[in-house]
Amino acid sequence: MAKFYFKSSKKEENHLVPNRRTIDFLLSYSKSLKVVEYNNLKFETILN
Amino acid sequence: MKNYTLTDAVLVNNYIKGEESALSVLIERHKQRIYSFIYSKVFDRDVSEDIFQDTFIKVIRTLKNGKYNEEGKFLPWVMRIAHNLVIDHFRKGNRMPKFEDNGEFSIFSVISDGNLNAERRIIKDQVEEDLRNLIQELPEDQKEVLVMRMYKDMSFKEISDKTGVSINTALGRMRYALINLRKVIEKNNIVLTN
Repeated sequence: MAKFYFKSSKKEENHLVPNRRTIDFLLSYSKSLKVVEYNNLKFETILN
Repeated sequence: MKNYTLTDAVLVNNYIKGEESALSVLIERHKQRIYSFIYSKVFDRDVSEDIFQDTFIKVIRTLKNGKYNEEGKFLPWVMRIAHNLVIDHFRKGNRMPKFEDNGEFSIFSVISDGNLNAERRIIKDQVEEDLRNLIQELPEDQKEVLVMRMYKDMSFKEISDKTGVSINTALGRMRYALINLRKVIEKNNIVLTN
């Protein structure tokens, strides 16, 4: 009975991972983002 | 890989110092837990991708701006960001988690809140009041039969006995009562729906 109630009904969802493209985008975004400091001010710039 | 032996704190530190590959290791290490957490809340792959992406954009910006302080652990911090973005997602459209009909048993199919909300209750009261007023406009004999049938839940046999007319006459009066009600409703464009 316990097995019936505690068994996960969605097996394929145990190993959910984000799309490879999403991760690639994040890594590219990280590489392109530069933070420049000027007089205690911080400016974010996205470099292509 | 050598990087996998490094702790999150070291990787975060390296990333802040400019080592871009550290971020890749952090994402690879925690992507499944973070993505699964988001999916468990929104039940939608595309929305999960968006929230996952926004979570790490926030992480990247915070780290690069030097605003991250190693008070807690890296993963709980990222999970907190993801959690807040999930809440933002539901707030945006006032949406609730979607339960798709995928053939599995859903508890919501057997339990439901049968009570009307305040607005619907007011509308229901108004509709019933309007209908009562309309019934008052019917000819006396039709009104009598309709009230006995609909409000007192009497059978046509009982109505026949009580009013002293035949069952067929009672049925006829009921029929005309409904026809007359419909006529008045249509003529005056009265909306009697909840």
